[in-house]
Amino acid sequence: MKDMNLTLKIWRQKGANDKGKMIDYQVAGISEHMSFLEMMDVLNEQLINSGDSPVAFDHDCREGICGSCSMFINGEAHGPVKGTTTCQLHMRSFKDGDTIYIEPFRAKAFPVLKDLVVDRSSFDRIQRSGGFISVNTSGNTQDANALPIPKQDADLAMDAAACIGCGACVATCKNSSAMLFVGAKISQYALLPQGQVESKTRAQNMVAQMDAEGFGNCTNTGACEVECPKGIDLSNIARMNREFLGGSLKG
Amino acid sequence: MSTIDNKVPHGKPLKDTWTSYKDKVDLVNPANKRNLDIIVVGTGLAGGSAAATLAEQGYNVKAFCYQDSPRRAHSIAAQGGINAAKNYQGDGDSTYRLFYDTVKGGDYRSREANVHRLAEVSANIIDQCVAQGVPFARDYGGLLDNRSFGGVLVSRTFYAKGQTGQQLLLGAYSAMNRQIARGKITMYNRHEMLDVVIVDGKARGIITRNIVTGEIDRHSAHAVVLGTGGYGNVFFLSTNAMGSNVTAGWKAHKRGAYFANPCYTQIHPTCIPRSGDYQSKLTLMSESLRNDGRIWVPGRKEDVDAIRNGSLKPTQIAEENRDYYLERRYPAFGNLVPRDVASRAAKERCDAGFGVNATGEAVYLDFASAIVRYGKEQATIKGEKNASESRIKELGKDIVKAKYGNLFDMYKQITDDNPYETPMMIYPAVHYTMGGIWVDYNLMTTIPGCYAIGEANFSDHGANRLGASALMQGLADGYFVLPYTIGAYLSYDIRTGPISTDSPEFEAAEKEVTKNMEFFVNNKGTNSVDYYHKKLGNIMWEKCGMSRNEKGLNEAIDEIAALREDFWKNVSVPGYANELNPELEKAGRVADFLELGELFAKDALDRNESCGGHFREESVEVGGPQDGEAKRDDKNYAYVSAWEYKGKPSEAVLHKEQLEFKEIELKQRSYK
Ligand SMILES: Cc1cc2nc3c(=O)[nH]c(=O)nc-3n(C[C@H](O)[C@H](O)[C@H](O)COP(=O)(O)OP(=O)(O)OC[C@H]3O[C@@H](n4cnc5c(N)ncnc54)[C@H](O)[C@@H]3O)c2cc1C
Ligand code: SF4
Ligand code: FES
Repeated sequence: MKDMNLTLKIWRQKGANDKGKMIDYQVAGISEHMSFLEMMDVLNEQLINSGDSPVAFDHDCREGICGSCSMFINGEAHGPVKGTTTCQLHMRSFKDGDTIYIEPFRAKAFPVLKDLVVDRSSFDRIQRSGGFISVNTSGNTQDANALPIPKQDADLAMDAAACIGCGACVATCKNSSAMLFVGAKISQYALLPQGQVESKTRAQNMVAQMDAEGFGNCTNTGACEVECPKGIDLSNIARMNREFLGGSLKG
Repeated sequence: MSTIDNKVPHGKPLKDTWTSYKDKVDLVNPANKRNLDIIVVGTGLAGGSAAATLAEQGYNVKAFCYQDSPRRAHSIAAQGGINAAKNYQGDGDSTYRLFYDTVKGGDYRSREANVHRLAEVSANIIDQCVAQGVPFARDYGGLLDNRSFGGVLVSRTFYAKGQTGQQLLLGAYSAMNRQIARGKITMYNRHEMLDVVIVDGKARGIITRNIVTGEIDRHSAHAVVLGTGGYGNVFFLSTNAMGSNVTAGWKAHKRGAYFANPCYTQIHPTCIPRSGDYQSKLTLMSESLRNDGRIWVPGRKEDVDAIRNGSLKPTQIAEENRDYYLERRYPAFGNLVPRDVASRAAKERCDAGFGVNATGEAVYLDFASAIVRYGKEQATIKGEKNASESRIKELGKDIVKAKYGNLFDMYKQITDDNPYETPMMIYPAVHYTMGGIWVDYNLMTTIPGCYAIGEANFSDHGANRLGASALMQGLADGYFVLPYTIGAYLSYDIRTGPISTDSPEFEAAEKEVTKNMEFFVNNKGTNSVDYYHKKLGNIMWEKCGMSRNEKGLNEAIDEIAALREDFWKNVSVPGYANELNPELEKAGRVADFLELGELFAKDALDRNESCGGHFREESVEVGGPQDGEAKRDDKNYAYVSAWEYKGKPSEAVLHKEQLEFKEIELKQRSYK
C-alpha cells in the first residue's frame, strides 16, 4: 500500500486552566506499518521543525501494558480496533485521505492537564482506599503452596487483574463511571482466599472513594466492556455489587 | 588504578554469609525509625517493593516516579516469569543450583556472595507475592505451576499468563498503596529526579522537577535509594519504555557513585525487526519460541534479492537453498544456543547481506516443520493413518496455537503477517543492561547513604542475564535485602534530626538544575532532541553493539564526544521550562545518554576479552573445535570495572573489583 496523507483534528489545550480547541494538521508519507503513536511522532517532529509546539500525550511502554496511552480517536477510546490500546493501533486501520479526530479521555474525574494528557490520579486514590491485602512484606508469610487455590478461581482472578488502569472504560461511559476498573480490582481479591477476609470493607471503601472522586453511576450500557483493551468483562461489576451489598448489610 | 572493597563479610562459608550478616547487623529501634526519612526514586519492582517495606518498618518514605502512577514503571512489561528455588516440581532444584546457574549464565563476571544471597531469598519472594494476591498460574490441583526457561535444567519459573511483570508490579503497588494510605509513604508521581544532593560527604536529598508544572523542588532525607531501571535506551531503539533513562544513575555518578561495567548489555535475539526509520521502539517476542521455531536465511543471494523486491515468498524457497545457520554452526545446541550467541549469529548473516526484509536486518523464525511434526504426532494419536497434508497441518497448527497463540497474535497485530502461514521475521534488539551503578554487598554505592537496587545496579547478572532473573533480583533487593542493609547505615543517624533543605549544597544543586532547564528552552537550535538520540543510537548500535573492536570503539568515543558538543550547541527544545514539556524531559535524558555512551565505549575498549553479551572481535578462539567463538580471559579480566567520574567521560578513572570464585570453578562455555 502506498503512503498515506491524512488530516488530523487534534484537541489542543495549553494547560489545565486554559480553554482548548480542535486544530487541523496535515501529515504526509505515513506508512501503514507505523503505529498510531509513531504517526504522532512524525507530526511532532514536523511541528518542532517548523517552530510550533508539539502535541503532548501520555505514553511509555508502547506495547499495550503500562496503561499510559489514552487517546479518544474518531469517537472511540483507543480508536477503532477492539482489544487494542492506542499504542498498539497501527496505521493500516486507516486509509489515504482520512480525517482523524484525536481527543483526550474526557471525564470530570480526569481533568485535562495539557493537549491529550489527562490527570488520572483519581484511580490511584481509589486503589489506596482499599485496593490491597493487608499483609506485611516482611517475608514471614506461609509457604506459597500451603493454601491451594482452585485453578478456575486463580484464572478468573488473573483475568480481572489484567486491567491496565488506562481509563478507557471511564472515557467511553456516558456517565463517566469507573465501575469496570473498580470492579476488576475488587473481583481479583474477592476470588482469592487471601483477599476474602477484607472483601466487604474493601468494596465499601473503594466505592466510597470512587463516588468522592466524581465518577458517575453505572446504568448498564456495557460500553465500557466494549472499549476495554484488556477484555475486562461486566461480570466483575456484578461481583463488586455483591461484595458491596454484602458489606453494607453487615456494616 | 586502585581496588575497591565490596564489604562482603568474611569468615563464614558462602552459604552462611547472609544469615550471619542478618544476625549481627545493627538495627534501628522502631521508635527511632519514625525520625528517619528515606527517599526512594523509582517504583518498579525494586523501588516499589523497597518503598513499601521500608515504610512498613516505620521509616518515612518519599517515593518518586516520572509516570503518572507508580503502577506504570517498566517492570510492568515483563512477560515470561520469575525464578525461585522452590523445587515444587521435585526436579532437583535447590538454592545452590539457582546460584550456580546464575553465576555460570553471567559468564563468571558476577559477585558470588550477592548471587548466593539472591538465590537464598528467592523462595520467599513467591510466598510474599502469593500472600499479596498475585494470581500466579496454577495447575488443576490448585498448586503453583512452573515452566522452564532458557539455559537451565529445572522448572523453576513462576508466571502469571504472559503478564508476570505486570502482576508482580501490581502486587508491589498494592503494598505501596497500603502504606500511602497510612501516611508512611508520600508519593510523587510525574516527578523526575534531576540531581542527588551531597552534604558532608553523604547523600542527603534530591532535586526534582515536577513534570506538570515545571517546578524545581528540594527533597531531603537521611538516605537516598535509586531503583530507576536500566539504560538500554542509550541505543535509542530497545525493548525498554520510551521514558526509560539513565539520568538518576548518571547524576549520582557525577556526584561520586562509581559506574560499573557500563558495556554489559543484553541483546535479545527474538524481537520484531524495525520496519522503517520512523520506528520508536522494539517489541520482544518471548524466548520460548526458539523451542519450536527454526531460524534461517536464504543460502543464495539471488533469493535474498527476490524476497526483498517481493517477487519471491519465503515458503517458496526449497529446503536445500535455506541456511539454518544456527543448526549449521552449533549442531549440539542448534536453535537453543544462549541469547548472546544467537544474536551475534543473526547479525553475522545480515552483515553478509542475507537479511530478509527491506532494511536487510531480519532473519526467519519458521514454525513450518514444527507444525508438520506436531501434526503427524496428533494424527497418530488420533488414529488418522492416512491424514492428508492439509489435515496434518491443521492438527499441527492447533498445537502451536495452544503453546504460543498469544505471541502469534501479538506478532500479527504489529506486522500484519500470519506466522502460522509464513515464517516470522525477527532480529536482535537491546533488552537489558547488566551494567549499572556499582554497589557493595549492602547495595550502597560509593556515595555514603546512596543505594542502588534493581536493574539500576550492576550486581547480580555478570556479563549476561538469564531469563526470569531480573524480576527476582528487583524484588529480592527491595523486599528482603535493602530493608536489612540500610539499617546498618541509618543506625548512626538516629540523632541527626531532620535534614534541612536550606543548606548551600541544596541551593547549588537546585541552581544548576534550573540553569540546565533554562538553557534548553532558550537555546533555539536547529535540531530536535530525537535527531540527536537517533544519531547516538546509531553509533552505539554500529560500534558498541553485538560485536565490538578496538577501531570501532575508538571511533565511537570520538563520534559521541563530537555529537555531544553539537547537541549542546544546536539542540532545539520548544516551549517553556514551567509547563508540561515532554521535549524538555527528553532533552535532559539524552544529554545524559550522550555522556554515558562515551563511557560505555571506553569500558568496552578496556575489556579486551569476550564475555557474555560483550563480544570483542580481537578475543576469539583460534583453531580447534571452538574456532571463531567468544574467548573469555579470566587471567586478565576477572574483575568488575568501576568507573569514577572526573569531569568528563574521557577522563573517567577505572577501579577494579577483583572477582573471587570460591564455590564455583570457572569454565569455558561451549555450544558446538
Ligand atoms: C519487554 C521486557 C520483558 C522482560 N521480561 C522479563 C521476564 O520475563 N523476566 C525477568 O526476570 N525480567 C524481564 N525483563 C527485565 C525486567 O523487567 C527489568 O529488568 C525489571 O523489571 C527492572 O525493574 P526495576 O524496578 O529495576 O526498574 P523499572 O521497572 O524500569 O522502574 C524504574 C522506575 O524508576 C523511575 N525513574 C527512572 N528514572 C527516574 C528519574 N530520573 N526520576 C524519577 N523516577 C525515575 C520510573 O518512573 C520507574 O518507576 C523484561 C524487560 C523487558 C523490557
Ligand atoms: S477496565 Fe479496561 S478500560 Fe478500564 S481501566 Fe481497566 S483496562 Fe482500561
Ligand atoms: S504506551 Fe503503554 S499501554 Fe500504550
